[in-house]
Amino acid sequence: MINMYEVSETNKMIEHENLDVRTITLGISLLDCIDSDLNKLNSKIYEKITKTAKDLVSVGQDIEKEFGIPIVNKRISVTPIALVGAAACRTAEDFVTVAKTLDRAAETVGVNFIGGYSALVSKSMTKSDENLIRSIPQALAETERICSSVNVGSTKTGINMDAVRLCGEIVKASAEATKERDSLGCAKLVIFCNAPDDNPFMAGAFLGVTEGDAVINVGVSGPGVVKKALEKVRGKGFEELCEMIKKTAFKVTRVGQLVAGEASQRLGIPFGIVDLSLAPTPAVGDSVAEILEEIGLERVGAPGTTAALAMLNDQVKKGGVMASSYVGGLSGAFIPVSEDQGMIDAVHAGSLTLEKLEAMTCVCSVGLDMIAIPGKTSAATISGIIADEMAIGMVNQKTTAVRLIPVIGKDVGDMAEFGGLLGYAPIMPVNEFGCDAFISRKGRIPAPIHSFKN
Amino acid sequence: MKKCIVTVLGKDTVGIVAKVCAYLAENEINILDISQTIIQGYFNMMVITDVTNLKKDFTVLSDEMEKLGEEIGVSIRCQREEIFEKMHRL
Repeated sequence: MINMYEVSETNKMIEHENLDVRTITLGISLLDCIDSDLNKLNSKIYEKITKTAKDLVSVGQDIEKEFGIPIVNKRISVTPIALVGAAACRTAEDFVTVAKTLDRAAETVGVNFIGGYSALVSKSMTKSDENLIRSIPQALAETERICSSVNVGSTKTGINMDAVRLCGEIVKASAEATKERDSLGCAKLVIFCNAPDDNPFMAGAFLGVTEGDAVINVGVSGPGVVKKALEKVRGKGFEELCEMIKKTAFKVTRVGQLVAGEASQRLGIPFGIVDLSLAPTPAVGDSVAEILEEIGLERVGAPGTTAALAMLNDQVKKGGVMASSYVGGLSGAFIPVSEDQGMIDAVHAGSLTLEKLEAMTCVCSVGLDMIAIPGKTSAATISGIIADEMAIGMVNQKTTAVRLIPVIGKDVGDMAEFGGLLGYAPIMPVNEFGCDAFISRKGRIPAPIHSFKN
Repeated sequence: MKKCIVTVLGKDTVGIVAKVCAYLAENEINILDISQTIIQGYFNMMVITDVTNLKKDFTVLSDEMEKLGEEIGVSIRCQREEIFEKMHRL
């Protein structure tokens, strides 16, 4: 039988170390809503989402209460709208009406974000894809809850540089369209390489076309729990260190698996995956940077950071994989800047640069995340940064992503405030040498040689 | 059998066990195991209970126990056993 020590360990994790389930994300396929009539499309989408997700929030709250574990977010991901809207949307403005419908549906069911205002263009763009991408700045500026993503590359297809060029412009335009709110729109726009179909985390969540009609995906968190556990192995060898990370990741992921199973059963919707990520928040003691510092770095960004992160990421996966029947999504350590107090402090201290962050993205899940850069940064430079990050993903057969915020009207030394879980961020300097001639080349970068595994 | 773990934490005072147990009895909740200690004046108790015969909604039970805790001046949590079982047992 469970003993007092185990009960108090679990409750200490919840109460003092910020253990939580970061999100229950309900994936809803909108493929059966496709219609050539825009009004019909919008009403079908609204109906399907509000019907499928009507109990999501209340079920989430019941589970929280019964097990005493906070479930921070209840969210929805949908089929990429570029596909769903292709038959009905002739213009970018048509797509914006769909964005508003999604926003309204999300508000009705009480979720704070809905992901899937997305296009998958890793090889080439259809007219519909391009219209959706061009509508993103307006869609993000005129809605509250929409999250958008564009997959511009993959290991199998190479990198669609036309889309990369366009996305640089779109990031810039999204920043302009929300400049009164420190360019908040860009915090809800992710550019991907090798985007997974089952990611529960925003802003990059969408429901891939390989998925079923509806699915429950759960994202766990727990950087604070790992940090506290590692305090017990200070000065010990790598063997003890790695064992401790694995054990802790196992425990954290088991909670995610439990919550996912319960949510799936109560909603009558199949369980998809648990995403075993270390997702930080701006709260003190909920930071991936603090884990790296506990491992032995004076500050994140110091030499050794990439190695420490590579080890952390791998051990989290090794510990978590056995704890869940299906693992998926992004799974690993997230390193957003604005959402992690330790990262913010490291930027302030001059320890963490954009280039070091890029190196770190080679060994952890996702990529350049929630990084505020000067508003004057050109679209071509943003495209260059995106291309670099996509190349890392393509060559290393991993997911990479870019969520940069060029904060209009602000420069290095200023601070951008996004509020809530999105946090705040010091503006980081960007290499000012140009890459215009490279970015203006048309076409795509071919898939790497090791993609031909046939 | 549906089990629930009740944890009580707070400043020690007369009647904590009595009041918690009375509430459990009223609600037909059987006690399977109790451990309790006082560390530096702080009361710490864990009760493993069987809630199979509980007539109320579990969330109502949880709310009422929380309220009872406020009346006594301690914090009472009521959690289904699975969260501990899953985390600590293979």
